[in-house]
Amino acid sequence: MVFGRSSRKQRPVEPVTLKILVAGGFGVGKTTLVGAVSEIRPLRTEETLSEAGRPVDDTHGVESKTTTTVAMDFGRITLREDLVLYLFGTPGQDRFWFLWDELAQGALGAVVLADTRRLEDCFAAVDYFERRQIPFTVAVNCFDGAPRHAAENVAAALDLDPDVPVMLCDARDRESAKEVLIGVVEHALEVSASRRRAAATS
Amino acid sequence: MNDAGSPRSAGTPGSQERETAARGRAVPGARQQDAHFFDADAGPVVRPYAMTRGRTSSATRHRLDLIAIVIPEPAADDPDGDHTLAPEHVEIVQLCQDSPQSIAELAATLDLPVGVVRVLVGDLVEEQLVHVTRPVEPAELPDESLLREVIDGLRAL
Repeated sequence: MVFGRSSRKQRPVEPVTLKILVAGGFGVGKTTLVGAVSEIRPLRTEETLSEAGRPVDDTHGVESKTTTTVAMDFGRITLREDLVLYLFGTPGQDRFWFLWDELAQGALGAVVLADTRRLEDCFAAVDYFERRQIPFTVAVNCFDGAPRHAAENVAAALDLDPDVPVMLCDARDRESAKEVLIGVVEHALEVSASRRRAAATS
Repeated sequence: MNDAGSPRSAGTPGSQERETAARGRAVPGARQQDAHFFDADAGPVVRPYAMTRGRTSSATRHRLDLIAIVIPEPAADDPDGDHTLAPEHVEIVQLCQDSPQSIAELAATLDLPVGVVRVLVGDLVEEQLVHVTRPVEPAELPDESLLREVIDGLRAL
């Protein structure tokens, strides 16, 4: 039947999905940056965590587990029908570090948002991505009224490896947020190419 | 609520408790005499994992990634008619028929914890009503041509 339910739609396209993490201290503008480029209003999802957020839960002893809930904000950018980029704002509180492992898994890269008035808030995130060898860039969110610092001074203050890009941005501005994301992907491309070269010569 | 409590599904094992769970979530304080104890602010009266009948993992082999996309199979064209499915299962299938969605989006749209959505989608995979895309292998960077396509796509926005 022509108008039957089963012929109503074409088979859906199966998109390739990628993710970029947006990390940084509390109130540094992570959700603002996600919202500036996302085609959907940043969504909030909650993960119920058991104990230390063990990666593998089993069903034994569920009754006795204490749980806590943590929210993650995320956005979506459909680049093509078959290519979708998700942005995940990492939970700001330190006690949710273990959740980062799940978020970081398979991420193509990360951006660490920094506020020069509270630069120490992003130390932990920088440290995390350095240790996991996840390509990341630092984007300084230039808040109105905050003193401006040159990117190289921020890089020095954070003791970054020389190849980690630092850029200045306005997390509210779509074009600026786009540049930040392009910067992350370009950096991931460089890291990927240099790892490939290293593998080829060893 | 999709068919919750409809008599035709009453014979299915397990359906009764699922429906009770679903109703409990949708109507906090449904019992009149308790009305002053619960209101909408109290949150769900039934704990989220009641919807999964206490299961915190599903039979599927792989942990479903947050950005894994759930794609309905042709067999899922009439989820409403499948009496073994809980209302939440039906909702997931219907949402994904409109446009395939990631685990994270489903969790946000249904206002359920990601862990619960994983179990429910796992059930649907098991029943071969949906399949799930597998994102880039963990600990691997996506290949360079894909990264270039992402850059081009972002520039074109």
